[in-house]
Amino acid sequence: MTTTLTPPPVDVSRELYGARLPTWGPRAVITAAVAAAAAAYAVGVNLLQAALLAWVICMVLPLWSAAVEGRRKATDRLVTTLVSSAFVLAMFPLFSILWTVISKGTKVLSAEFFTNSMRNVVGEGGGIYHALVGTLLITGAAAVISIPIGIFAAIYLVEYAEGNRLSRWIRFLVDVMTGIPSIVAGLFAYALFVLFFGEGVRMGIGGSVALSVLMIPILVRSTEEMLKLVPNELREASYALGVPKWRTVSKIVLPTSLAGIVTGVTLSIARVIGETAPLLIIVGTTDSVNFNLFDGRMASLPVFAFASQRNPGIPPEFSIDRAWGAALVLLIIVMLLNLIARLVSYFFSPKGER
Amino acid sequence: MTSTQAPAPGRAPIRRPGDRIFSGVSLGAGLLILAILAGVAIFLTVQGIPGITASPDEVKSGKSFLPYVWPLVYGTLIAATVAMLIAVPVAIGVALFISHYAPRRLGQTLGYLIDLLAAVPSVVYGLWGIGFLAPHLVPFYAWLDEHLGFLPFFGPASATGRTILTASIVLAVMILPIMTAICREIFLQTPRLHEEAALALGATRWEMARLAIFPYARSGIVSAAMLGLGRALGETLAVAMVLSVGVGTVTANLIGSDNPSTIAANIALGFAEATGKSVNALIASGLVLFVITFLVNFAARSIVDRRKEFSGAN
Amino acid sequence: MAKSIDVSDLNIFYGDFLAVEDVTIPIAAKSVTAFIGPSGCGKSTFLRSLNRMHEVIRGARVEGKVLIDGQDLYGADMDPVNVRRMIGMVFQRPNPFPTMSIYDNVLAGQKLNSKRMKKTEADDIVERSLRSAGLWAEVKERLDRPGSGLSGGQQQRLCIARAISVEPEILLMDEPCSALDPISTSVIEDLIHELKTQYTIVIVTHNMQQAARVSDETAFFNLSGVGKPGRLIEHGRTEAIFSNPTDPATEAYIQGRFG
Repeated sequence: MTTTLTPPPVDVSRELYGARLPTWGPRAVITAAVAAAAAAYAVGVNLLQAALLAWVICMVLPLWSAAVEGRRKATDRLVTTLVSSAFVLAMFPLFSILWTVISKGTKVLSAEFFTNSMRNVVGEGGGIYHALVGTLLITGAAAVISIPIGIFAAIYLVEYAEGNRLSRWIRFLVDVMTGIPSIVAGLFAYALFVLFFGEGVRMGIGGSVALSVLMIPILVRSTEEMLKLVPNELREASYALGVPKWRTVSKIVLPTSLAGIVTGVTLSIARVIGETAPLLIIVGTTDSVNFNLFDGRMASLPVFAFASQRNPGIPPEFSIDRAWGAALVLLIIVMLLNLIARLVSYFFSPKGER
Repeated sequence: MTSTQAPAPGRAPIRRPGDRIFSGVSLGAGLLILAILAGVAIFLTVQGIPGITASPDEVKSGKSFLPYVWPLVYGTLIAATVAMLIAVPVAIGVALFISHYAPRRLGQTLGYLIDLLAAVPSVVYGLWGIGFLAPHLVPFYAWLDEHLGFLPFFGPASATGRTILTASIVLAVMILPIMTAICREIFLQTPRLHEEAALALGATRWEMARLAIFPYARSGIVSAAMLGLGRALGETLAVAMVLSVGVGTVTANLIGSDNPSTIAANIALGFAEATGKSVNALIASGLVLFVITFLVNFAARSIVDRRKEFSGAN
Repeated sequence: MAKSIDVSDLNIFYGDFLAVEDVTIPIAAKSVTAFIGPSGCGKSTFLRSLNRMHEVIRGARVEGKVLIDGQDLYGADMDPVNVRRMIGMVFQRPNPFPTMSIYDNVLAGQKLNSKRMKKTEADDIVERSLRSAGLWAEVKERLDRPGSGLSGGQQQRLCIARAISVEPEILLMDEPCSALDPISTSVIEDLIHELKTQYTIVIVTHNMQQAARVSDETAFFNLSGVGKPGRLIEHGRTEAIFSNPTDPATEAYIQGRFG
């Protein structure tokens, strides 16, 4: 009898139950890191350095793993740590922005801030009424221009084009159009309007045209996706009842996808309502209320925030406070639109479908 | 025996006026989009050419077009490049975290949080950059200058923090959501079988990512990065607000007080006061920006489209 | 009301691809005709050519004649939309309109074409159609509820009610029971028996027992190979086809040896 035929049992168990970090290991390291960072912050180290400290402590985990578990496991743990910290890193600006804007913006919010314009205001006081009016009018007009074009173009792509070459080009260029810089859209509107109204033209409707250039591609893509989700069986059921195509599209396909389309429209409005650059070019800004889209400069929230920060006058702090206030209002509007969009798609999508 | 070319509803001989109008309007809307895109190119060209051909004494900058636009192109490229260096690894990390590392049920919520970053208007980013980020980075820049000052990127440090690097960090945050969204989607499309095959061979999670996910997602990551690049090149307000610019500066220093401007920021800041040929020069620089971003986006979308064809069933 | 169908030398193409070749078959008024055959033999395609529904697919065309009571379905002055008003269709999977109530679903044919009618008239049509479809008792209390809230079998009967509310001459059914459970299937088979008194019914089915149970005439379709067009092998009285088929392929199929 030879003992060499029996493999050493230790090796098998090492393969399957190799040395591992205790399950509480990662949690303990993270807890320690957070605790250390909190302590450092409490004794006066600044936030960025405290965060950095926490991160460095987290790096203990892969080192510990390298010592106990070996190189492959350690690499895996290192990547897990890096990937997780990438996410935390990405969250940092979000919360920082929300915190900064809310804490700096809330102090000017008052009834006066919403109901007054900046006409004849020097220093303290004044408000964003004129800018709110301008933003709503300009964005509203942009929506009026974009929604029919965007929806009909999507209808063409889904219902009529049947994948022909023209539709492939439209789809591709719509994708490319989503990447047009907003300032280029503003320059386009200016270059267009200058032909009719001469040099130095400033007009609210020009801003609407510029925003439409940015809004239409977003609308086309979202509407297209929604129309594609409508089951073909519904179209067939309608055709089989002797309903012409255009009535099938307008009375079956569009109503069925309505919730999704409204969601897309709302999101596209949220996207353009905060655009500053094109309005800066073609609409400019003013201190007074202007209800006429076709007559001269108009204020808008984003441009107001920009201009208040850029040219604060003396003393600067009142104007800069107003800039933060306007930014907060704008942020709230955008977030509300996003929320509405989610709610619409959540509550109004047709349910009970298989 | 009769032979009939059967008309599908909406095609060939449509007799109903409703159908004809409806399909006509739809086609018209599709063509209008092409017309708008063409219009952007045409109007910018028409209004831009006088700016390109203007002699130096006709414009405010006092330079002919090329020397005028070159520092701006340089600034645009350098800001976008640095932003990409920061954003690409973070975006891949975040996307991987959401798609494969975070608990499955949490993934969607976390993705939604990242998407919120895309909802923040650029003027708010600008305010945040100038009011929060720039002052907080000043000590960091001083440290960079002190310890890494021998590198050309970290020359004399700005005292305000309103530098190219700050602008690039803001840009990186702004382009993170779109890149993350695309990477995430592509990572999630990785065939389960490939992943499970890798795991069955005894791969760790990271080895699985390297063996199964990345090879599958490579072209998707490239196009996500290019789309992000397109955004970064064209972003205006955040840069205009954050950056403290010199006149025609071209420098490698990322943390100095005298920075090259970007095309977009230069237009935003200069347009209100510009008159005559200076307006045309600004529009011409806008045309340059349009062409650059158009090419970048065109390339990115071509990669995405080609990928769609290859992935077949997906 | 019901009309007969006369098909002669019909070829159906998708682009250059010949999908169904040379079908000649008479279909009598007020009868049930079943199309049977293996998958891909063209029976559904042929059914859809009877109300020109196949034209929804790009490049589809036919050669030959389809006469409805002597009128050429593919005549130059025939509008496919009007053809479909005359010839109703029920699909494989129940497809009520999800945005509409049960009531509106039944009236969809009228409403979608913006036909004006009085409330009482509309109520009458809804009740009559739902009664004919054997659904009235089950849904009369909840006509305003969405149609998609019904069970699969109820949804399919709702679709039948929707199809007959426009008073078609002919009713085409494309495997109407294949997505349903056995109990719902038998309800619908009974319904087909009743509807036969008023309509000419053509039904495609995969289920040979079903064909034997519901139909007066049976037509067997087959294809000679992959990529070859589907052909009508034989047709005749259902009893004759099932008990004494002339073609060996029919016999093999009916006995379950292929398909």
